[in-house]
Amino acid sequence: MLPTPCRIVAIEVDNYRTKTFIFDARLEAAPGQFVMAWLPRFDEKPFSLVNADPVTLMITAVGPFTRLVHELQVGDRLWLRGAFGHGFCAFPEQRRPALVGGGYGVAPLLWLARQQLAEGAQVTVIVGARTQADLLYIDRFERVSDSTSPGALTIRVTTEDGSRGQPGRVLDALTPLIERGEVDGVYACGPHGMLQAVEAVAQRASLPCQCSWEAYMRCAIGICGACEHAGKVLCLDGPVLAAQRSFGASSHCASPL
Amino acid sequence: MAELSTRFLDLTLPTPLVLASGIWGTTVSLLVRAAEEGCGAVTAKSCGPTPRAGHVNPSCLDWGHGLINAIGLANPGAQAEVELLRAAKAKLRPMGVALIASIFAGPPEEFGEVAAIVAQAAPDFIEVNISCPNVHSEFGEPYAGDPDAAAEVTGRVKDAVREAGIAVIVKLAPNVPSIGRIVRAVVAAGADALCVINTMPGMVIDAESGQPILANRSGGLSGPALKPIALKCVYDARKACPETPIIGTGGVTSGVDAVEMLMAGATVVGVGSAIYYRGPSAISLICAELAAWLDAHHIARVEEIQNCAHRERIYSVAPTGAPIPLAH
Repeated sequence: MLPTPCRIVAIEVDNYRTKTFIFDARLEAAPGQFVMAWLPRFDEKPFSLVNADPVTLMITAVGPFTRLVHELQVGDRLWLRGAFGHGFCAFPEQRRPALVGGGYGVAPLLWLARQQLAEGAQVTVIVGARTQADLLYIDRFERVSDSTSPGALTIRVTTEDGSRGQPGRVLDALTPLIERGEVDGVYACGPHGMLQAVEAVAQRASLPCQCSWEAYMRCAIGICGACEHAGKVLCLDGPVLAAQRSFGASSHCASPL
Repeated sequence: MAELSTRFLDLTLPTPLVLASGIWGTTVSLLVRAAEEGCGAVTAKSCGPTPRAGHVNPSCLDWGHGLINAIGLANPGAQAEVELLRAAKAKLRPMGVALIASIFAGPPEEFGEVAAIVAQAAPDFIEVNISCPNVHSEFGEPYAGDPDAAAEVTGRVKDAVREAGIAVIVKLAPNVPSIGRIVRAVVAAGADALCVINTMPGMVIDAESGQPILANRSGGLSGPALKPIALKCVYDARKACPETPIIGTGGVTSGVDAVEMLMAGATVVGVGSAIYYRGPSAISLICAELAAWLDAHHIARVEEIQNCAHRERIYSVAPTGAPIPLAH
């Protein structure tokens, strides 16, 4: 598929360097899948979908491309193609999933939480960041919590400097939940170090675990090999990979919804 | 079940499928994965004299009838490639799968230098990408477009690896007036085998922005659109040099595509864009389809269909060539 110009219909400021852009477009996609966003004759970058209908992207200004996107206004266009890759698959038999987002890794989790809540699951979301200023989407999760049955969504916040929520990292919030047997599945998105730690703690408890791995997607269609991780091409096999289970081989999630 | 093992140069490959260069060849684990999927040989990503970051994105697109890419020869440089090739070779050897190193360079003498470095890893074969621009040509035409330039590069590589005893495969470009002429030139210069063909130059423009989509503006076409072009080039190359082994590459996404490529004159069949069109299991799907086709046609060995298109069907009468009159 070729890049399609999509008009920005709303922009929300999330923190000092992150904005959420809503487009006049919809896609058939699953949480965890990604799109490529193109500024003609400048660059094209991968972004996890925050929502597919309407297409919504969280974009943190960390480089020239994302700073240019931050200058776009409502009515401006960004060229999108996708959705690519394999996303999370929520298993209805999991009644108490934990969703773990580190930094801007929370992007795909809001949508996933909504899907799991709609299935009647009791969801715990753990959102972590370095400081309170870096936290993302807490207010959005709170709005989702307000609109579902009381107690269905529990939000836990961690900051490394302790400026909000539990001092420490997401793992410090996740590990006791797992030890107390309050979780029957783990879904995570964030930096590689965090995901490796989450996988390890989930595996020790024999819990199913799906992680969305960040990578620089070059071809985005599985052929160039630039995004290889553990023998997988993340743009096609992933970005969501199911953790290797002690009894079987690693496998990616089923086809997108 | 039909026998898929195929003689290629001095090796017998377990299957006639070859992972094309630029596809998955960036890491040892992906090369091994392609071998496990059913490749008889795998080609590592092309490397040049020094590391290259490649072009920015977009670098690869599905434009409707095929893919177009301009990755920009991203590679870690020949020296770093040696380590990857060594590690890959160690894992591939027990599987009986051949490792093809792929190289490119600037001036002709540099091809020899890169080949000599890569030869340290003792890959089974070295493939030479001669579609890069001839630095001595005013318009930067690819070496692949000129018989003398193509032969010079071939000779430089042969000289560099003769002592190591590694066979050289020259990868040809489709956009030449007579591929047969290039084939003759590189074989005369010592090419042990050919890879036919590289991608076809092209461009895709986004009407809404009025701009080429690829960051490099133009790129190479692959996938289904390339198949008829590749079949013709392989056919012509086979005619020009009946004895030279050929890796027929271009738009093969199914077992029947592979059958056609072998019939056109390929010895073995390159697979690349198919991984996009058929998914990560493309190679095993194509292998299974190839075997099933041979079984359905009661053909015991895949080698029996090689060059089939060059053996013309004979009828006892000649066609008149006259149009058939309408019956009134």
